[in-house]
Amino acid sequence: MGAFGHYLAAHFDTLKLEFWALFVGGVANGFLYGMIAVGYTLVYGVLRLINFAHSEVFMSGGFAGYFVMRALVGQSVPSGFSSVGLILLGIVASGLAGALVATLIERVAYRTLRRRNAPKLAYLISAIGASYFLFNLAGKEFGHLSVSMPQPYINHPVFHIFGAPVEMYYVIILVVSVAMFVLLDRVVATTKLGRGIRAVAQDAETASLMGVNIDRTIAITFIVGGTLGGVAGFLFGLNIGVVYTMGFVPALKAFTAAVLGGIGNLRGAMIGGLILGIFESLCVVFVQAAYIDVVAFGILVLVLLVRPTGILGERLGRSA
Amino acid sequence: MRAFLERRSLRRLLITLGVVATVELMTGPPGSNQAPTSGFSGSFGESASFFGLFRTQRWVTFFAVALVLWGLTNFWMANGARVRQRTNLVVSRPRELSQRGPVRWGFALVLLVVALLLPHIETAAFWESAMVTYIAIYILLAIGLNVVVGFAGLLDLGYVAFYAIGAYTTAWVTGALPTPALFHHPLNPFWAIPIAIVIVMIAGVILGAPTLRLRGDYLAIVTLGFGEIVTIFANNLYGITGGSLGTKPIPHPSIHLGPLKYVWGLTPVPYYYLTLAFVVLFLVVFSLLERSRIGRAWTAIREDEVAAESVGINPLKFKVMAFAIGAASAGFAGVVTASADTYIFPSSFTLQFSINILVLVILGGMGSIAGVVLGAIIIQTIQAYLTHSPPAGYQAQDLYIYLGALLITMMIFRPAGLLPSRRRKREIALSEVSHEGHLDEVLTGDDT
Amino acid sequence: MSDVIFDVRDVTLRFGGVVSLNDVTLHHLRGEILAVIGPNGAGKTSLFNSLTGVYQPQEGSITFVGRNEKSVSVIGRKAHRVASAGVARTFQASRMFSALTAFENVKIGAENHHGFGVVGAMLRGPRTRRDDRLSDERTVELLRFVGLTDRANTIAASLSYGERRRLEIARGLATNPQVLLLDEPAAGTNPSEKVELTNLIRRVRDEMGVTILLIEHDMKLVMSLAERLYVLNFGSVIAEGTPEEIRANPVVIEAYLGSSATQAGGS
Repeated sequence: MGAFGHYLAAHFDTLKLEFWALFVGGVANGFLYGMIAVGYTLVYGVLRLINFAHSEVFMSGGFAGYFVMRALVGQSVPSGFSSVGLILLGIVASGLAGALVATLIERVAYRTLRRRNAPKLAYLISAIGASYFLFNLAGKEFGHLSVSMPQPYINHPVFHIFGAPVEMYYVIILVVSVAMFVLLDRVVATTKLGRGIRAVAQDAETASLMGVNIDRTIAITFIVGGTLGGVAGFLFGLNIGVVYTMGFVPALKAFTAAVLGGIGNLRGAMIGGLILGIFESLCVVFVQAAYIDVVAFGILVLVLLVRPTGILGERLGRSA
Repeated sequence: MRAFLERRSLRRLLITLGVVATVELMTGPPGSNQAPTSGFSGSFGESASFFGLFRTQRWVTFFAVALVLWGLTNFWMANGARVRQRTNLVVSRPRELSQRGPVRWGFALVLLVVALLLPHIETAAFWESAMVTYIAIYILLAIGLNVVVGFAGLLDLGYVAFYAIGAYTTAWVTGALPTPALFHHPLNPFWAIPIAIVIVMIAGVILGAPTLRLRGDYLAIVTLGFGEIVTIFANNLYGITGGSLGTKPIPHPSIHLGPLKYVWGLTPVPYYYLTLAFVVLFLVVFSLLERSRIGRAWTAIREDEVAAESVGINPLKFKVMAFAIGAASAGFAGVVTASADTYIFPSSFTLQFSINILVLVILGGMGSIAGVVLGAIIIQTIQAYLTHSPPAGYQAQDLYIYLGALLITMMIFRPAGLLPSRRRKREIALSEVSHEGHLDEVLTGDDT
Repeated sequence: MSDVIFDVRDVTLRFGGVVSLNDVTLHHLRGEILAVIGPNGAGKTSLFNSLTGVYQPQEGSITFVGRNEKSVSVIGRKAHRVASAGVARTFQASRMFSALTAFENVKIGAENHHGFGVVGAMLRGPRTRRDDRLSDERTVELLRFVGLTDRANTIAASLSYGERRRLEIARGLATNPQVLLLDEPAAGTNPSEKVELTNLIRRVRDEMGVTILLIEHDMKLVMSLAERLYVLNFGSVIAEGTPEEIRANPVVIEAYLGSSATQAGGS
């Protein structure tokens, strides 16, 4: 006990020192997880299925952003308005790529089975097949080695919280994800489209009797989730770089976030993402970096066993 | 002619073109992250032979294929009613012959004789070793995963974990790990067989007991994570597993039982017979299991868990049992791999691996032991062949693209697999008609 | 009160804010054919699910007196353990193992109370074979009892509604129960099947000695079969008595007219 106590005490000192820096990184990661988790949650809401191929939506966004940056960023690192413009272009490209890949997944791996009213296991397997196909195809077309993204901005600290610097990268993530999430939240809560999504989530059969076009609603759900996932892939790639297998671990964590917040619950997805991101970041103090994924996974198992409905509960159908 | 211009027909043309373009991409030359379009332009623009007649760009050839395919599907849709009826007749009763016990056993016996003679028929060094490392081991893994996915209906995406645990247990028992050997002095890998199987089954229970109460899709993702964690530990626990550098050499197994002495060496054929013996053992045990009350309980749980509970079946107990039993053959496969390959590395135990095994099960037919063996033989032979003599431009990772496409294709067109288990086929059909009510078309009546 | 088989006291079951069962108290005597009636949504199926361990009521107690007079508390016990203790049931929308044959359906119920070993099952040892034979015999016997002998090898999904109901009863009986809970056994059956079913249920009690608890909408069937009834409305017991007493009870008539008068009239 004594040795372990010392270990903890020593690490708590580190934690006190590094807390805010880690916190900022955790929040940024958390927003990314949240953006991916939204895709899981939306699809789960309308189809009651986990979209195993969502990791590849994320990966495709990363590559789309990479190619745009590669084409447009020159020798010197841009700044000012050209940085803003480049990032916006990257967001548009990655969002489009994400939406496109998500639509393809829906068309090929889901709609064909829905027509036949296939058992649930069949959807899981075809989605796994789609994921496997997509990331390996990306590996073939874009190479199997990781590559870092040309930087469209200078990553200097913008401001400080409690002495911890908040770098440009974090500010970009914060602004983009909050803007997209607020927009999404409003759309689902107030527009006709959002009402359709909620109606299908609540009771697909009744919704179709009430004149909601189910196929269209499901397609739109994939597009919306795909856009957010794609943009998250771009933002993630800005810092880490892109590689064909980049989707796997973030998507697994985003899924954890979605479950943590209550799968099917939009705000829950964001909150779950933040909690996971921050927790994971702070864990770095106590656990070797290599085992961080193990921690995230442990949380997933724990949440699934103890409170499978998550913190906010499953409720896309009831309200946003 | 007008039939070709209908909306549905044009839709089919689009789908055909999409499929053909995808195949072009899959079979085309690779690209790179420095030249993102090169893979695409190469896939379509590269010069290729037009069926040996003349040389042209790839897209012309593929476009021609697409048009022919489209024409055929149009013909099929327009005039195919009779053809379809006839094929349906054939399809709906393919099993009459194999339903007879003696026929089935006779067939199995013939296959066994072929399997026994195979190393004498095909003596190329590559194929001798491929029979073990590409085929026999994968059959073991596939029939084990089939217990979990096929019999119990649980999607396990971390099956590789059990294989890895089996292999590392072998290294542990034989003293090939940085940690001291299990019984403090290194043992013959032969002893690793029972020890690994027991340890792997315990791992199955430990993983299964908490997670198997989860819903199917959650279970899939949890097992996926579990497979990943085992790899992370194998990679990073340098003091225990040797980390990413792998283990020390693992000795070959040997038997010293009185007058009976045999030492497995570097040649693959003895391993082939060892593995074959265990394949037969597991095949017999698993098919008896399927027909036992445990097999029936698995079917009951798969079909309707609430109803199964109402007759006193404890679903968790049977699911954990499936996990542990399915793990056993993976554990054994791990032992063979470890002792035949001499060294093991964490990089052999990846997510890809679990999915590959899943493909074997899906292709053959979930729940159908014969199907799963067939699936394993087909895919693994192809993989071995592609490794042995790769076509121009083929990279080893390309196979995974094909396997992914195969999974989707099977789910769309033949979810019950090539040699379906009758129960599974019926279950899928029943689930599909339950909203439409063409029950009679699915059910051919009696089942004797 | 040694002849009580189910003793339900002050049971309350809630789902979120919705009260499904409200302070329900009832008792069921051994050997009795008891019916629970009430309009749709009165909580009848919730009561069934509470009695079989599928739902866990938040308040109250449910005691089941099983074999050898052994009292078992149902609440907090998993459904499969309640079933093993001697409570068999059927389901409202009959839940068969639809891809299996009638024979296999019943056999799954019959073999589950043998003790078993995995190794024995794998190797088909002598004990496994003996148990298997016993289960087969029991299955044949039960299929004969419910009149499905000639349908033994038919896939459950292609049986008629009436046949499925009977098969479900056979599957329940195969577990060797003390009490059989029937959730709307006559739903979806035609008049002649109804008569057969009534006779079958009576025979289950008379010949097998199994106590019966019944939920049914069909008043004619209930009144001719049940010896005593409870009436549920909005999750509460509003009346109890013999069929004659219930028929004359103004509270019951009010409840039925207030919600679904047509169903009370029978179909």
